[in-house]
Amino acid sequence: MKVSIKVNGQNYTRDIEERTLLVHFLREQAGLTGTHIGCETSLCGACTVLLNGNAVKSCTVLAASADGTEVTTVEGLAKGNELHPIQEGFWEKHGLQCGFCTPGFLMATVQLLERNPNPTEDEIRHGLEGNYCRCTGYHNIVKAVQFAAAKMRGEAIAAD
Amino acid sequence: MGEKFFGKPIKRKEDPRFITGAGNYVDDITLQRQSYVAMVRSPHAHATIKSINVDKAKAHPGVIDVILGQEMLDAGIGSIPVGWLLDGLKTPPHYAITVDKARHQGEIVAAVIAEDSYTAEDAADLVEVVYDVHSAVANPAKALEGGAPQVHSDAPGNVTFNWQIGDKAATDAAFASAAKTVKLDLRNNRLIPNAIEPRASLADYNRGTQEYTLYTTSQNPHVHRLIIAAFVMGIPENKLRVISPDVGGGFGSKIFQYPEEIIVLYASKKHKRPVKWNAKRSESFLTDSHGRDHVTTAELAVDANANITGLRVKTAANMGAYLTLFAPAVPTYLYGTLLAGTYRTPNIHCEVTGVFTHTTPVDAYRGAGRPEATYLLERIVSYMAQELKMDPAEFRKKNFIGPDQFPYQTPVALAYDSGNYVPALEKALAMANYTKLRADQAEGRKNGRYIGIGFSTYLEACGLAPSAVVGSLGAQAGQWESSLVRVAPTGKVEVFTGSHSHGQGHETAFAQIVADRLGVTMEDVEIVHGDTAKMPYGWGTYGSRSGPVGTSAIVKAVEKVVNKGQKIAAHLLEAREEDLEFLEGKYQVKGSPDKAVSFGDIALQAHLAHNYPADLEPGLEASAFYDPANFVYPFGTHIAVVEVFPDTGKVEILRYIAVDDCGPQINPLIVQGQVHGGIAQGAAQALFENALYDDNAQLLSSSFMEYALPRADSLPSFEIDHTITPSPHNPLGVKGIGEAGCIASTAAVANAVNDALEPFGIRHLDMPLSPPRIWKAIQDAVPAQAAD
Ligand code: FES
Ligand code: FES
Repeated sequence: MKVSIKVNGQNYTRDIEERTLLVHFLREQAGLTGTHIGCETSLCGACTVLLNGNAVKSCTVLAASADGTEVTTVEGLAKGNELHPIQEGFWEKHGLQCGFCTPGFLMATVQLLERNPNPTEDEIRHGLEGNYCRCTGYHNIVKAVQFAAAKMRGEAIAAD
Repeated sequence: MGEKFFGKPIKRKEDPRFITGAGNYVDDITLQRQSYVAMVRSPHAHATIKSINVDKAKAHPGVIDVILGQEMLDAGIGSIPVGWLLDGLKTPPHYAITVDKARHQGEIVAAVIAEDSYTAEDAADLVEVVYDVHSAVANPAKALEGGAPQVHSDAPGNVTFNWQIGDKAATDAAFASAAKTVKLDLRNNRLIPNAIEPRASLADYNRGTQEYTLYTTSQNPHVHRLIIAAFVMGIPENKLRVISPDVGGGFGSKIFQYPEEIIVLYASKKHKRPVKWNAKRSESFLTDSHGRDHVTTAELAVDANANITGLRVKTAANMGAYLTLFAPAVPTYLYGTLLAGTYRTPNIHCEVTGVFTHTTPVDAYRGAGRPEATYLLERIVSYMAQELKMDPAEFRKKNFIGPDQFPYQTPVALAYDSGNYVPALEKALAMANYTKLRADQAEGRKNGRYIGIGFSTYLEACGLAPSAVVGSLGAQAGQWESSLVRVAPTGKVEVFTGSHSHGQGHETAFAQIVADRLGVTMEDVEIVHGDTAKMPYGWGTYGSRSGPVGTSAIVKAVEKVVNKGQKIAAHLLEAREEDLEFLEGKYQVKGSPDKAVSFGDIALQAHLAHNYPADLEPGLEASAFYDPANFVYPFGTHIAVVEVFPDTGKVEILRYIAVDDCGPQINPLIVQGQVHGGIAQGAAQALFENALYDDNAQLLSSSFMEYALPRADSLPSFEIDHTITPSPHNPLGVKGIGEAGCIASTAAVANAVNDALEPFGIRHLDMPLSPPRIWKAIQDAVPAQAAD
């Protein structure tokens, strides 16, 4: 079947099998391999993308059901060479090690901060409970999100 | 050498690609004409394969081939070998695709190759296997009982080895004359590594050069090449190139050579096209080597002054159905040798039986043997303190090896080169505000709040070395590391290392060292790893060896480059070599900084060789191989503060304090990250994670639904600090930190929970300290208490 999805502002129209998952569409049809597959069962969050602005786990969305939608992946987060504040936060606060979970965390954080621009540590931890990270113990991910939140609120960033 | 970068919390060079989705993991690589393989796996833990019918699968549109074990055996593909031998070790063959029997759930019985992954999966379901199912055994203690189902006919009683260390007679005598002894039965729960990137492999055979390229998720590409080429495939080692690009976490699980890697290589040659395999998470659970799984009895003896006089340990270690690469070393030389910990324990005896069971193979998982030893020792030390009605910190302090006792020879082979344990403990106690914490705990108990405080004053031995010693202990590998430093005419530097980064940040930390020593910028230095065609021969990254061993090789190679540059500089400056010094990127005549030539100019001259010393080879590069003189011995104090909620049995970690000593820190940001991640993994063993098998050896915790990986809201932020005691024997004085957090934290958390449960009269509970287990123990304990 023919499916058209606008990914990071660009249209991808492809002829695919009905059962193709959105994550496979993104990785294999659109060639955007920044979205990762960690479980294919909606539990790890590595495949998180924004679908019409909402964070979804793209391993449990059929590409067919995303026909006509707009998707943002990690590749679409920066504006040209200018990193998104969330990307900056993860870099600045060492919020990643192996980097495999990172795209999912970045996209989940977009939604978290949209809904709550000034989250407490608890709210960050609850807000990101759908994403696994095996490397960081989450400590620096919390810091990264706090950094991003402050920056997005336009506040000066305190040094450690 | 100016230290502009060493010791600084520099943001990582590798991060921009990861935060923009430009990483390059194995699954991101697509080759032309790539085909896919899906595995047919045994659903049974123990079954004879009576027949396999592949007709329907082969007839399925898009299927290229179905491969069975016999075919690979006939083609001369060998068994996947064990890399560490012990006396009398039983090593039954381990074939990529089993031929006769399945010995654990998930073992591969057939491989289906197809044009795309969806088709391969569909066709795998069409392979018809008829099994004769037998009874199976998963628990190592049960597997040792008479009449237990047997895993291998050539390993009677399911025993793969019996091993011991220490002086049994002296230890027994210490117990006979002890003022007090305690005994604990401990279950060290089985863990599943669960790196977030599932394993993946892509093989590409080149018909013209007869060369194989294997892209695979490996922590040690050269080890993969050696084992697979020489021992499994029987091909010349130089005809196999192993590329391990960005790797999404390893934790030990990506050290080993797995059946799937052999299958894609074989199929790629057979069909003259690339073949790819990606693990689904369900396959990761069933087939990534697991960790831990000990059944242990431990006893500790003290004299009348509360000095530890003896430790006696008996362990049944579950090895799973087959022995993988390092498996025999993990519950022996990486376990028994660590049982002295930070304590003066004059007599130790440890006996380990390696046991085959119908389960996934067990091998190194973050810490490998050392977490098991540390959990046992730190748990029984706290238990003894409680028995003696002594404060657990005091009891530890009293028994610490003193700072004046180094080098310290333990009774279990290791000789500690340096250490200073009290300052780390004192620092952690101060951070915790310990006196107040104990007062709060006492106050809480009056009001029905159950707070527990747990210690782990751990020590760990990492950077496995020297090669001759590990060789004498059974390692079939060297444990040195290598590096090649190549300076381009423009002064840009490439550093090729045998270490492999799968999250550790080598591209940054290693560059800091090189940039300082050559007086160049961080941007001028490129760290290259993960490709056997590029790097010098190396042994890879595990056992926290990249810091102490990998960087030492780099330092040595950089020194050679600097020394060669000095010869060129002497020629250009018409000075004597010994009159020159190399400072901040310039060779200058001592005392006259105006007579100087920059490193960049030297690099150019080395390549032009126009105005050049007559007896010197052109070019500016050097390689080095570094074989350390000893292990390194990081240590520290971790304190966990937990609250147990008796109504639900739930545990909350209120605070977690860690003071670690890994010597001088190359990059504190990276060190802290390693500590955080390690604490999380170790704490998760204590509270959440458990690989559970049923009586038929079926894995019950086989997905993220049943296996409780810690989430962001399962843990607090950690309070961490450090002390610095350099290692005396490597050039930077550094010690590994990749595993320390994981080694220390399990015991700290378990001790804290057991401490919290003291008012209920509960003396010891096994891990994981999950709500049902705690709730039940409290229910069982409360009536007993009421009766007192
Ligand atoms: S891959 Fe989608 S949630 Fe894990
Ligand atoms: S950085 Fe490795 S899983 Fe999160």
